[in-house]
Amino acid sequence: MIEYNQKIREIAARLLKEGKVDMVIGFRKGTMPMMNEPCFIKKPEQANLLVWDSHCGINLANYLYDRKEKIGVVAKGCDSRNIVTHIVENKIRREQVYIIGVPCTGMADKRRIALLTQKDGEIREVSEEKGRITVKGDKFNKIFEKGEVLQDNCSTCLHRNPVIHDEMVAEPVPEQTGIDPFKDVRETEKLPPEEKRVFFKNLVADCIRCYACRNACPLCYCPTCFVDEARPQWVGKSVDPTDTMTFHFLRAYHCAGRCTDCGACERACPVGIRVRQFTKKLNKDCLELFNWKAGLTLDERPPLDTYKPQDPNDFIR
Amino acid sequence: MKWIKIEKKDFNRGLSALAKAYRLLGPVKKEKAHAFEALNEGQTPDFDFFNTHLSPKFLVQPQSEILFEYSLDEGKEDHHILKEIQKDLLPRLVVGIRPCDAAALLLVRRNFDASKYRDPFWVGAYESLTLFGLACGAPCATCFCTTAGGGPFNEAGLDALLVDAGDYFLVRPITEKGEGALKTAGWENAVDEKTALDIVTLLKTAAESRITSTVETDHLKNQSTVALYDAPFWEDVSFSCINCGTCTYVCPTCWCFDIQDECFGYSGVRMRNWDSCMYPLFTLHGSGHNPRGTKLHRVRQRFMHKLKYYVDKYDDGIQCVGCGRCIQSCPVNIDIRKVCKLMNSHPDPSTVCPV
Repeated sequence: MIEYNQKIREIAARLLKEGKVDMVIGFRKGTMPMMNEPCFIKKPEQANLLVWDSHCGINLANYLYDRKEKIGVVAKGCDSRNIVTHIVENKIRREQVYIIGVPCTGMADKRRIALLTQKDGEIREVSEEKGRITVKGDKFNKIFEKGEVLQDNCSTCLHRNPVIHDEMVAEPVPEQTGIDPFKDVRETEKLPPEEKRVFFKNLVADCIRCYACRNACPLCYCPTCFVDEARPQWVGKSVDPTDTMTFHFLRAYHCAGRCTDCGACERACPVGIRVRQFTKKLNKDCLELFNWKAGLTLDERPPLDTYKPQDPNDFIR
Repeated sequence: MKWIKIEKKDFNRGLSALAKAYRLLGPVKKEKAHAFEALNEGQTPDFDFFNTHLSPKFLVQPQSEILFEYSLDEGKEDHHILKEIQKDLLPRLVVGIRPCDAAALLLVRRNFDASKYRDPFWVGAYESLTLFGLACGAPCATCFCTTAGGGPFNEAGLDALLVDAGDYFLVRPITEKGEGALKTAGWENAVDEKTALDIVTLLKTAAESRITSTVETDHLKNQSTVALYDAPFWEDVSFSCINCGTCTYVCPTCWCFDIQDECFGYSGVRMRNWDSCMYPLFTLHGSGHNPRGTKLHRVRQRFMHKLKYYVDKYDDGIQCVGCGRCIQSCPVNIDIRKVCKLMNSHPDPSTVCPV
């Protein structure tokens, strides 16, 4: 994956030099192990700042809209699907973005790695080569196969290659097959109502209502989120469990049929809430009811903002 | 300087004695990370921890705190009166708070316990606390307390300092409150000062040498506020910010809150909740105008407050104790050390050729 670095830099420098774009949005090396920071460059000589490795989990589609510039953006599979969603929802025009497609083999789960090395001490350094991630601390050195430490959403990802692009940095990678992304949802669905309630209650028990999940999500672009509305105020602002659950449930429903399972919400959560347990259920419903996966085509709107005569309607008979 | 020795095997006995006079709180290992919590009877705090995800500021300023209540039920004697909630201010003792977190409470006190304004809720909760600090032997890569006015063995804001010396703790009483609590615990085995100090100095030097991360703050005070405000780096600094409030919520020195009324039927409460300068709503005027309408404004405000306005107002360093939580928890890796460097080294525009 690191091999992409040079290619991304070349493309970015060329696009800026030729004036094809005003800025390129990508990642620069972070100040902590397993963290890279979204950034923009506007000059070709800054292209060397751009990096790519298994720690580029933030969804860059979140940085594209409400800007005037012509933007080059580095996009992995899920980012590209969210760009499609933005275009379909008129958040950005297709011709305003130049998509530098990155075939992705998944992003590393920094929490999982930290947990696996917890006993050894703090991780001070991370490197990556040929599908292996090496973490170093003061007194230890551990090597992980990347496949073992992927973010949960990446391990069940079925669209690793960008679905839309203007240029690719490499040949597409093989897509994963024989994977059931909804295994955990099926388990939850089987629970009796009371246990389900407890499951969700425990799921959000640690929530501090910082809204990092919402703000990291490319879908959450409402000018004023329903939890921030003051007239009328829909939701209380304390950490009352009912208010917290209301936030999580409603946010998930607002994402129904639009979520690409990019994992930005879980990655951003400072207290490790498995936010995707909400959104995945709705992704599953959309797939089963409407044969729909978000962000795969520019020609169709998400099922929940369209009407078709053949839509399933058994529930009102 | 008095030092007391506590054999680790006697530690729990002391805690049990303390539990009769105080409610004990301390770091506890949870499923995902350590957190400060009430200790149950016989429960030992787990001192094998890096900084907790959330700082213990919530012990004094809970995320949601009910201040007043009322009832409109005319059947009740005191209907239509907004009454102050009677707070439970029984003595609490925190065992194992980090020196950075204790220093942070002292710093925040400036805001809530000022000569002109005194916040009875905050002050009451703060004064009910006795703080037994644990000298920090496990600084993280993101810790920079030594250049933020503190240090892993810093005593500011503590009532007593515990130093883990292997099989035993060395404890130094710092305040009368601390001294009293040590007596209650039955920890009174004073040891030779020089020997104790030698051991502690050695451990302290070792801990300090493990802190490799720093901030430079020497020029902040002399920098022009306007020049920093107008500095060109804010667009780059704020670009990646998603305006979640994580940095401010995990920060032990962020003190902002929002007052909310919540009612249900004929009764209701007035509460305060943590607020964050990262949120657009934080400064939204009734007119609809927002003086900090973009994320650049908001990110700049957070850093200007901590690293410039506070520095100018109190002339006692930055509004940060160097715990590194904001760096660790930021989902997009915005790093206060980097921003501090940019601000500290920003060239004075009056000395720069405009061409």
